[in-house]
Parts: sequence; C-alpha cells; structure tokens
Amino acid sequence: MLDTLLARIQQKHRTIKFPDGPPPELPDRFMGRPVINSKDCPSGCARCVELCPTQAITQSEGFGLDLGACLFCAECTRVCPRQNIHFTKDYCMAVRRRDDLRINDVRRFQHAMALDQCLKRLFGRSLKLRQVSAGGCNACEADTNVLGTVGWDLGRFGIQFVASPRHADGLLITGPVTENMRMALLKTYAAVPEPKIVIAVGACAISGGPYKDHEEVHNGACDLLPVDLLIPGCPPHPLTILDGLLRLIGRIET
Amino acid sequence: MSDSVPERFFLSSGQAKDIRNAPVLSMEAFQDAVIHAVEEGGRISALFVQPLHGRSMRLWAMLSQDSRSRILPLCTDTEEEAFPSLTPLCAQAHWFEREIHEQWRLLPKGHPWLKPIRFHAPYRQNHQQPPAGKGPEIGVTDFFQVEGEEIHEVAVGPVHAGIIEPGHFRFQCHGEEVLHLEISLGYQHRGVERRLLGGPGNRTIHYMETLSGDTSIGHATAYCQTLEALSGVRISARAQVIRGIVLELERIANHTGDMGALAGDVGFLPTLSYCGRIRGDILNMTGLICGNRFGRGILRPGGVAFDIDAEMTKALLSRLDVAEKDLTVAINLLWKTSSVMARFEGTGAVSREMAELMGLVGPAARACGIERDARKDMPEGIFRFTQIPVSTWNTGDVLGRAHVRWLEIQRSIAFIREQLQSLPEGQLQSTLPPLPPDRLAVSLVEGWRGEICHVALTDSQGRFAIYKIVDPSFHNWFGLAFALRNQQISDFPLCNKSFNLSYCGHDL
Repeated sequence: MLDTLLARIQQKHRTIKFPDGPPPELPDRFMGRPVINSKDCPSGCARCVELCPTQAITQSEGFGLDLGACLFCAECTRVCPRQNIHFTKDYCMAVRRRDDLRINDVRRFQHAMALDQCLKRLFGRSLKLRQVSAGGCNACEADTNVLGTVGWDLGRFGIQFVASPRHADGLLITGPVTENMRMALLKTYAAVPEPKIVIAVGACAISGGPYKDHEEVHNGACDLLPVDLLIPGCPPHPLTILDGLLRLIGRIET
Repeated sequence: MSDSVPERFFLSSGQAKDIRNAPVLSMEAFQDAVIHAVEEGGRISALFVQPLHGRSMRLWAMLSQDSRSRILPLCTDTEEEAFPSLTPLCAQAHWFEREIHEQWRLLPKGHPWLKPIRFHAPYRQNHQQPPAGKGPEIGVTDFFQVEGEEIHEVAVGPVHAGIIEPGHFRFQCHGEEVLHLEISLGYQHRGVERRLLGGPGNRTIHYMETLSGDTSIGHATAYCQTLEALSGVRISARAQVIRGIVLELERIANHTGDMGALAGDVGFLPTLSYCGRIRGDILNMTGLICGNRFGRGILRPGGVAFDIDAEMTKALLSRLDVAEKDLTVAINLLWKTSSVMARFEGTGAVSREMAELMGLVGPAARACGIERDARKDMPEGIFRFTQIPVSTWNTGDVLGRAHVRWLEIQRSIAFIREQLQSLPEGQLQSTLPPLPPDRLAVSLVEGWRGEICHVALTDSQGRFAIYKIVDPSFHNWFGLAFALRNQQISDFPLCNKSFNLSYCGHDL
C-alpha cells in the first residue's frame, strides 16, 4: 500500500494543459500539413507524381495533393528539384468534407467546423464513440487509444470510447475497410442509435491508404457510410486526432 | 534427414543463394527431411508454395536450425492437386498447410483440421490478378463443438469491446471452464502477399511498415535485410546501429504498453496508468529520430533515412534515464502486489514440450524456458557484434510472459544506452543495384512479438516471384488457444494480453 502511494507521488501529475495551455512539443522531424507551390515547377517534371506510393499527387487538373491519401512519407520532397512540396509542423489537419483534403496552391485549407447547433447541443459535452478497426494496422488504433491515457485524458472533454455500439453516439473507423470487415462495420453502424456521427481516422479509412484499389478492400469508409470528420495521417499523431475531435465538438474554433 | 539432401544448401539469415543450385527433392524425401529436421530441434520458419508454369507448383520449407545459426531451405515440385499432409507428424505445419490450401487449393491430404485461415478466394496461377471468384463467407466454418450436458458455447467478435483489431473467438465451456477455444481470423485481410509479386515497387516499403503497424520497424528491418541480401549490399556500421536502436525502442514501447494492459486486465490501475503514459514517452523517442512515433520512414533498403546527431544522442540518453526510472517504479509495483500475483501465477500455462511442439516464438516461447531469440540464433546487423542476453522464465504462464517482457525492457534499455554512447561513423544509406535473377534470400528478425521471417525468391528478371511474410503471430495464435484449455473464461482477456498477438500481421 505504501509502495503504491509512493509510486503515485513519484509518477507525478502528467495531464497536458492543451487546449487551454500549449500543445505538447512535437519533434523537429514531425511531418504535418504539407504546403505546395507548383508555380515554378519545371515543365514536364512529374517526378513526385511518379514516386508517390498512393497516387496522392495529381497533375491532370492542376497540381494538387490529396491529404486523405498521403502517407506522409515525404518521398516527394526528396525528389523535387525545387522543394515545391514542403511538410510543415502544423498538426491541425482534420476536415469535415472529403474534398477539403484535396489541397493545391490556391485554395485555403478549410479546418473542420463544429457540428451544427442541434448535434453540438447533444454531443458537445458528452460524446461516446465506438471504435471499429476494419483492416487497420493497429497504429491508428494505438494512437487513438493513447488519448485515453493520463497524459491526454480524453475524458475531461466528455469524450469516451465505449464497449457497445448501443451506448455510442458514433463510430470512429480505422483501416481501409476490408471486404471481410464490411458486414461487421455496417452492422455496428446500424446498432448505433440515431442521431449518430462517423469519424474516419488515417489514410486507410479515408482513401484505402497503401491498400488503395486492392480487390480485398473498399478504399476506406467514405463510400460506405456518411463520414462527418476526416483525420488524415499514417497514422495521425494523437495531437492531430485530439485537435480534430475538439474542433468537431466546438472546443477549438480558430 | 538433412544428410540425405543431395547437396548441402544451407543459408544464414541475410544471405542469398542461387535457386538454380537448390536440390529439388522427391515429395517423400522432402517430407522425411522436414520431419527429421524438426525432430532434431529445427523449426518450420516458413512453408509455402511458389507457382511454377502450368499446374506445377513448388513447395518450399525454410527450416531454422537455431543451435547452428543456419536455415535449411528444402523444396519439392508437384503437379498433383494434393500432397500428403505433414501436420499429423509435425504439428508446426498445421497453420501453414491450411494457408497453402486456402491460397492455392493444393490439398494437404490427411490434414486433421483443414479450414480457411483468412477467408479469401484462391489465388490464380498468375496471382497478380485478382483472386478467382468470391471467397468463403468470413467466419463461417465448422467450428469444433463439444457436446454434453451443461456445455455451452460463447462467441466473441469480430468487433471487440476495446480499441483493438477484429477477430472471432469461439469458446466451448463447461460452467466457467473453457474446454476448447477456436480462433477464427481473416477480418483484416488486405491481400498484401499477392500484391508483392512482381515487386518491389513504390508501395512495397509501405506495405512492410503497415503489415502490423506496431511492428513497423521489425517488418521493415526484415524487408530491408532481405533486399540487401539479394543484392549483396552491406550497409554501414552506423546504419546498422541506428536500425538496432529503433528496433529495441519498438520492443520497449510495446512491452511497456503490454505490462500496463496486463495490470489493467487484473484491475490494478496504477501500473496501467503509468505504463500507458511511459509507452508514449518511448514512442516519442522514435518520433524524435524520424518524426513518426511508429518509426515509419526510418528504414530504407540500403540503410536508414535519418541520422542521430550528437544533440539528439544527448536528448535520447536523458529521456531513456527518465523512462527507465519511471518504468522501474511502475512495474515493480506489480510484483509487490499480491492480488496481481494471484491472478498472474499459473494462469494460461503452456508447458515447454507443447511450446516446442507448436513452434512458439518470442516472449511466449521464452516464458516456457526456451532460449529462442533470433538476435542470438540468427544474428544480423548490429546483433552480429553485440549480444543482448536472452530473457527466459520457466513457468510458461501469464507471470512468465510478463517477467520476460520486463527483463527484455531492461536489457533493451541497456543496449540502446551502450549503442548511443558509441555510434560508429558511416554513410547512412547506399543505393541498391537492381535485384539479381533467380535468388533466394531469407531474413529472420526478432521483433517484439518474436521471430519475423521474410523469404524472397526472384524470377529470371530479378522481380519477386514470391515474397513470403511470416509474422510471429502466425506461429503463436494456436499457442493462445492452447493456453486457454481448462482455464476460466474470465481469464481470457488476461491470457490474450499476455500473448498480445497481431491480427493484421496474421491476416496480411
């Protein structure tokens, strides 16, 4: 007993102050939201397009990058002769609409807006989520799970992961949605009472990620369910996930 | 009967051989050689099919002879639709033969338990094409059933209560006692192996890093070593050390998370809370090195993509000291708490004999007293120069698996500290030449769950004719099912966590 108490003192209070205080420090090599500048791309150069493992970079309708497919491997930055793609340290990447993840050098990045008044009144201070891994590699799952630890303490925002879809206000989906999980996912969704929301976390759940266009997967949840929040990354940093959830419930507004 | 193999054709991990020199045995000689090698203490690290032309298929077995630090590759060709099953004589072949049947419809005749393991349609001869038709419906199979008065069945999954991956568990119970557990997986099947053929390509390294996301570094290490073996490239000492450091960070992070989760599963919340946070601190150390907490992007064929400079070394060393101190306090609480020990001791015990028979790997095997560790047995990279003592326990139960994890955490910390203090010079990454044709290479890496085995065979153009991945979970899922026999069903979460196997690493 005494040991347990002494250990408690030794381990200290660890919960981060964010969002009321500063966010935890991110490493210098952290890769957050990329910015692109294609104006001075040498004509005919398509090295980044050819190298991108998930075809996230497109040139056909003007130069653009699909954050929802991006694995943040930064191979594109290594081959670009002009450093026209650059990964910033901005961890705020969650959006409400799939199209908002398609970035180019003109459009301003549209951060996720809060739920509408009606849903915000319901979920703003108590949001219970059921997590479904549908082909996820356990990295998105792990960095979602970490939000429940004392360091992040998701419970202080009223957000909690629950064991049964019957107790949930929505689903948080990871993975490219394998054919073998499709039915289980749809059944779990059906078991959540209305009104309900869907959150897609990670490149796989948004676009299929590295498994895009495999016959065994459905390229994420977007074609199967109405998705209300999309959080890109491979996997997204816990701070990116937390930021997205807090924007959705209206705790972060800028 | 390795002596009867016409020509000796051994490999060490990370070495390549010309396939054209591989002795092709008769089916009978192949079977005898596999069974004999296993009887003599060898293990089946991989058993798979390589499609040849027409209906012809080549059956390959990679037999690890740990005590001699070498791998014996055996092969035989068949044009039949069936071959005599090895499983009745060699239990280690059990899961592999089910996989072979599911992928290629090549029937292991006499297999006692022939059911799908991933529930997908069979591959075609030209298997880069989509599989033929639809696979069997996921989870629908003839589960083993116990009958009798007061026997009941409990079905759990695929969607579980926590934030974990999907799988289906079917328990046959008498009251609280589990008589039998059958584990049915495949929900995470993404068709990786099929897509690796004809490679490597732009996505290959990303498949490796997401085969099992918590083992990104382990699988990427095995892949890079396989490619380097095929092309005969030696990476610099510095790159080897950096790979070793991140591999051990991955081990510490996952073991730490598991120690916390084990505490959580017996309702001991202090250690659960502390370890959950400390695990994050370890992941952040990997994040410091490469920007990603899971080590995505650090390993690339030919070396590593990120360096560790003097300032980072200092930061890592000081963070390591803090983490070690916090972990020691958090984990030692477990051993001092009698209510925790009462739940750990004797729960989910596997005997050494059964572990040998099933071919268990990793902490699950070492907890039974088996000194099996690829870092010692099949050393590659930095582990050829520095040995980490093998951590074993002798009870084979949850306590044993917990103890092995804690010992490994401490020894990995000591290893990282030593390596950081003496980082050798060297180029970070060298360019690999195109892969040579007709080569076989095997790489064995001791991931945090156990032996990761990657086998590559190149075709006449130097592309992957087959790329076989065996996650440690592939060997160990049956071990978990076995550990549950005659246990209380309420101990399942605890037993499950003490193995902590990968669903996606198994399902591929």
